[in-house]
Amino acid sequence: MKRILLVHAHPAIRRSRINKALLAAAQGVEGVTVHDLYEEYPDFHIQVAREQELLRQHDGVVFQHPFYWYSTPAILKQWADLVLQHGFAYGENGRELEGKFWIQAISTGGMAEAYCAVGYNRFSIRQLLAPLEQTASLCRMQFLPPFVVHGTFQLTEAELQQHADHYRHVLTHLCSDAFEPGKVLAHDSLNLAVPLPQTRS
Amino acid sequence: MHLDSFLAQAFIYLCAAVISVPIAKRLGLGSVLGYLLAGVLIGPFVLKFVGREGGDVMHFAEFGVVMMLFVIGLELKPRLLWRLRGPILGMGGVQVAATALLIGAAAMALGLPWKQGLALGMILAMSSTAIVLQSLAEKGQMKSEAGRASFAVLLFQDIAVIPILAILPLLAVGGAPVAIDPHHGAAADVVPGWHQALLTVGAVALIVGGGRFLIGPLFRFVASTKLREIFTATALLLVIGIALLMQSVGLSPALGTFLAGVVLAESEFRHELESDIEPFKGLLLGIFFIAVGAGVDFSLIASQPLIMIQAVAGLLGLKMLVLFIVARFSRMPGTDTSLFTLALAQGGEFCFVLLSMADAGHILPTSITKPTVAVVALSMAMTPLMLLLHEKVLLPWLLKTQQQRPMDEIPDEENAVLIAGYGRFGHIVGRLLRAYGIGATVLDMDSDQVDFLRRMGLKLFYGDASRPDLLESAGAARAKLIVIAIDDEAKALQIIDTVQHHYPHLAILARASGRLHAYEMVKRGIEHIYRETLGSSLDMAAQTLRTLGYPAHEALRATRLFKELDERSLRSMADVWYEHKLGAAYVNAARDQIEEMEKLFSADMKGLSKPDGGWDTDSLRRENERPGS
Ligand SMILES: Cc1cc2nc3c(=O)[nH]c(=O)nc-3n(C[C@H](O)[C@H](O)[C@H](O)COP(=O)(O)O)c2cc1C
Repeated sequence: MKRILLVHAHPAIRRSRINKALLAAAQGVEGVTVHDLYEEYPDFHIQVAREQELLRQHDGVVFQHPFYWYSTPAILKQWADLVLQHGFAYGENGRELEGKFWIQAISTGGMAEAYCAVGYNRFSIRQLLAPLEQTASLCRMQFLPPFVVHGTFQLTEAELQQHADHYRHVLTHLCSDAFEPGKVLAHDSLNLAVPLPQTRS
Repeated sequence: MHLDSFLAQAFIYLCAAVISVPIAKRLGLGSVLGYLLAGVLIGPFVLKFVGREGGDVMHFAEFGVVMMLFVIGLELKPRLLWRLRGPILGMGGVQVAATALLIGAAAMALGLPWKQGLALGMILAMSSTAIVLQSLAEKGQMKSEAGRASFAVLLFQDIAVIPILAILPLLAVGGAPVAIDPHHGAAADVVPGWHQALLTVGAVALIVGGGRFLIGPLFRFVASTKLREIFTATALLLVIGIALLMQSVGLSPALGTFLAGVVLAESEFRHELESDIEPFKGLLLGIFFIAVGAGVDFSLIASQPLIMIQAVAGLLGLKMLVLFIVARFSRMPGTDTSLFTLALAQGGEFCFVLLSMADAGHILPTSITKPTVAVVALSMAMTPLMLLLHEKVLLPWLLKTQQQRPMDEIPDEENAVLIAGYGRFGHIVGRLLRAYGIGATVLDMDSDQVDFLRRMGLKLFYGDASRPDLLESAGAARAKLIVIAIDDEAKALQIIDTVQHHYPHLAILARASGRLHAYEMVKRGIEHIYRETLGSSLDMAAQTLRTLGYPAHEALRATRLFKELDERSLRSMADVWYEHKLGAAYVNAARDQIEEMEKLFSADMKGLSKPDGGWDTDSLRRENERPGS
């Protein structure tokens, strides 16, 4: 069984719809450690040694957050700047994260159609995530396709619940021994790579 | 006494107290002086509301002293009392013995036989527990060295009353010695010495044992009825019962209740007992002071004013002499010495009791006891005045001369930071700077603190940072900033004025004790003002929100927003305050500010206004509403 560190970042969780639901779904999944950055470090005073130790103890990281300005909420940037130290995460002697996987689990206000060359966002999600993908690569980590919920403003309660169930299913799969990173690499998103078994429809 | 005459009396006494005490407090005279003045006012020589029966009232009100000692006992754990045994026996013993002998000698020099002189000396060695403790407590001085010493001496005097009661009859002129019942001044049955000793030990054992083993279950039982007044009744019953017990075996009731208080100091009912007895104590003491005031015999004073003045001055002078020597020998600091000396110089309520006994027992002639009562009452009335004088004149003067400790030489160092005041506040700043390897020149005005911190290896200098010459030698001309972290409000403003006048280039970071103090700083154009407790209380508020389940980051930003709004209101309110002080205009403006602030906050809660609006998605959501739905 694999162990996953779920690093969550939402600055105003009381106003959240989708991330609140996703986070609730992730609670209690065996193998998943939920780690809420805005809750742990409300003043951005991140304890680097503690974060690095958490990373060591897990086989992969899921960064869950709303998509803000085509990127992460501020605290995740602060986290990366401080925690992914030279000599720990990268550089000749920085091999602590080698071989671990890196996953973004994001929600976007924009619809899926908008994230392509002809859409108003002009770039695909994978393109926009390039800086993170390269960060993972420098840390010798394996960047896997993201889990994405699009069009958050128009989600009905039922859809929210469906995404939450799907997310839980994906996390459970990632932790299981059956999971092989090589098998999902070809897909655009984890949503497609690990579909929810169609029991309901 | 008839009911209506009792009610009328009560009305007069309470009326006098309610009117004069607040006025006296407003004028800074203290409540004791207020009560005394009230007594004089309603007494037989001014308004004539109360006549000679003042004595009865006083007798009744003396019970306030008994209650006071019970309450004091409650605050004094046995261990603490044990630690005080040195001062009680040492200072108390010397004070009583030396005063008795000195006054006795003086009386003999004035022509009294030695027996009468000694009796008078012993009687006048007593001080007034009621006045001293009440006054010191009101000035917050009970925990000072002078306060503790005064308490120790008073306690010894209370104990000393027992042997004095035994010795007095032996000093009777002529006739056979008679034992005396302290509360009626009449002869009582003579009990053999061993019998008396047995009774005493028995009574004390009963109080200690009962307090340990009986009172707890009793109060628990009473408390379980949940009847507040029955609890109060039990508390009163306890105090009165002990007083009666002590009286019946010839001991001081005050001493007995004090002992009971100490025994109960560690019980779980301590606070409840205290708050139950407290109002009775306060009221009775007040009435006692009024009775003292009413009892001052002005006709006697008027008939021989010079002699009376001399007698009062002589009594106070002799007692002060002894007290001063006692204080010196126990190495009290100067300001405590002066307070201790002045506080205990009067005659006490026990003097009245003992004098009436001495009169009845033919130990002293009435021609002596009568004026002595007036002298004692006058000396008691003088005490609050003397303490006032001490606070307003003597203390400032002493503090000034004490500063004769020469200011330290400050070696020429190039420090960018000056810190004035290295107590709880300033030392945090200093320690952080030290940890950062930033040198600071530290000045403090508390010479004990300076010596103590020096011994801990810190480098700081004794000196007054409001003096330009000292600032100069501390390197103010080359420094970049000054941290003003002293707790003396006036002094802090003085330092600001000095710095602004002589070293305008220095940045000022100032500690303010509260809003009003901060206003003064705003008025002086200070930008960096730190209200002492604001930081901690905001931290606490944030944690309160978190504990209630609000997200941590939101809670933090809420306190930041609050601080920002509060700071803004502080700056805008400073003008209003400066113009109107705490008048109606200020109160109204303050109320508006608070309302405004709360509106902003609740708006945020409801998502109406937009602090942190960047994270708000309502309008986005509306714009993106699924077409047609
Ligand atoms: C500051 C901010 C920036 C945002 N930037 C983007 C963006 O670049 N692209 C996008 O599709 N949505 C953007 N959105 C919309 C959020 O992604 C959307 O509100 C969020 O995913 C909803 O998740 P939640 O319900 O957990 O808050 C932004 C929202 C905010 C508040």
